[in-house]
Amino acid sequence: MAVAATSETGARPSRAGRRLAAPSWVGTVPFLAYVAIFLLLPTGIVVVDALKNPNGAWAFSNVTELGNSLVRGYFIGSFKLCLLSSVLGAVLGAILAYAIASGNPDGVVRRLYLAASGVLAQFGGVTLAFAFQVLIGPAVGLLFHASWYYDFPWGIGLIYTYFQIPLMVLVFLPAIDGVKVQWREASENLGASAWQYWRYVGGPLLTPAFLGGLLLLFANALSAFATIQAWENQIAYIVPQQISTALSSEVGLSNVNVADLLALGMVIMVAIVMTGYALLQRRAARWLR
Amino acid sequence: MAAITSLGETPAPAEAARPGGMQARRRRRLNVFRYVVFTVFGLFFVLPLLALGRFSLEGAKLGTWALTAWRQIASYQGSGIPPLLSAIEITLELAVITCVVTMVLLVPTMIWIRLRVKWLARTMEILCLLPLTIPAIVLVVGLGPVYNKIQHYELSSLMLFWAYVILALPYAYRALAAGLSAVDVETISEAARSLGASWFTVIFRVIVPNMRQAILNALLLTWALVLGEFTIAYLLLYSNLQVELYSISRNTPNAGVLFSTSFAALLFAFILLLILSFVGRRRRGRG
Repeated sequence: MAVAATSETGARPSRAGRRLAAPSWVGTVPFLAYVAIFLLLPTGIVVVDALKNPNGAWAFSNVTELGNSLVRGYFIGSFKLCLLSSVLGAVLGAILAYAIASGNPDGVVRRLYLAASGVLAQFGGVTLAFAFQVLIGPAVGLLFHASWYYDFPWGIGLIYTYFQIPLMVLVFLPAIDGVKVQWREASENLGASAWQYWRYVGGPLLTPAFLGGLLLLFANALSAFATIQAWENQIAYIVPQQISTALSSEVGLSNVNVADLLALGMVIMVAIVMTGYALLQRRAARWLR
Repeated sequence: MAAITSLGETPAPAEAARPGGMQARRRRRLNVFRYVVFTVFGLFFVLPLLALGRFSLEGAKLGTWALTAWRQIASYQGSGIPPLLSAIEITLELAVITCVVTMVLLVPTMIWIRLRVKWLARTMEILCLLPLTIPAIVLVVGLGPVYNKIQHYELSSLMLFWAYVILALPYAYRALAAGLSAVDVETISEAARSLGASWFTVIFRVIVPNMRQAILNALLLTWALVLGEFTIAYLLLYSNLQVELYSISRNTPNAGVLFSTSFAALLFAFILLLILSFVGRRRRGRG
């Protein structure tokens, strides 16, 4: 009877709802409008302006400027730094994630590391550059004076791993947690050694998640700007720094909207990386539920 | 791994050995590995912060201890830039405004979509996660013209919140989506509606209280994000805490106040997040 009652009354709201059916999506308009103005519009502006010359006429030939050797240098710089920091971050982060996952799921260590990862993954920025400068800076370092601190990409790459490792932990830990204990036990029962387990079961299971994490870290490093700006602002090594320079010196003298063009280049790069990430995540999710 | 996780519940996990000798040996090896890893990574994460803390307590002469830098936070003013305290104030205000706007924008919309406009769910997800793929540095290029319009009406740095809400979207969305998916929205909303509740009541007095933890998480992530934001403020020529610290560092390299303020901001965010992660866990455990 209770069931009948709920289903009967349950029908009423939907009838009442039908009266409102036409405008029910209207409730989402404030959100959609906000996103349209502050996310879609700016992105559109970047794309359109990148393909126009300063007079406002279409100039698709702008894109060829991306092949310009100077511009290419910044992209190569970005690529080097992202590769270094994402590979380091992914490998070390995966090791840390494994150490965390193999412990007590409610233990203090795990909670501490997870909470810390949540904070430190966000902790890029100016402050991070200060912290490393006083730790290993060539002039004032407390731990040691690293002469390579201002070398690109080594010094800044090391600084980047500080937020890359925690990000990898956050991304990769769910995947490791998803590896079922039963699989390990099953392979042990069948006589597999630890090496064989990792080679034929654990490794293949975690590879997509690992590669996905690597790509996410790559994209993360690509868009970082504050840290490197505070680390060394005399020389522009990477695309974001060059965008910053272009923005502050743009007085309409150049024949291309440099900032927009570089930004478009970055969007394309990030889009490729993130598509790969999404595909790998889907692949990883197949087993790890 | 099985042994470790199940042993986690017993009071003395390290000593309670299982009969299987190989299992026990592997577990011991694993434990050694874990403690080495935790120590090494712990040092890597803690040492830069300690160095920052030590430098914030540096006296006039190298190697001495003093609180000067901490006292300076309230009064410091570099030449040609606004006082440090005003930047701190603005950043805190920005954090509050961004948190409020993000929640007002996201929470009702997400619930509403889940309840009534399911076909928009995918669109909403894509829109919310989009800022992850559009770096702040790119967004700022396109935001320039938009902010030109805003500056016709209002010049205050507080206007940065418009952009910060967008930056916070992915993090807030994911936190909220996790909370929302754990709530049986259909059943409780039907129950509430059948008892005569309006949609407003359903959303704000029935579903929202059920996702309190998720909202808290979203707020914290947003808060942390605003405290650490530099790129957009710097390039749109606004001033917030990070921009201020950056300009101080350019004017007066190694000024003590840099380290004390950075350290204070960091400690503040860290302690807040840590406490809340523990509080949240305990509440869930009881419920």
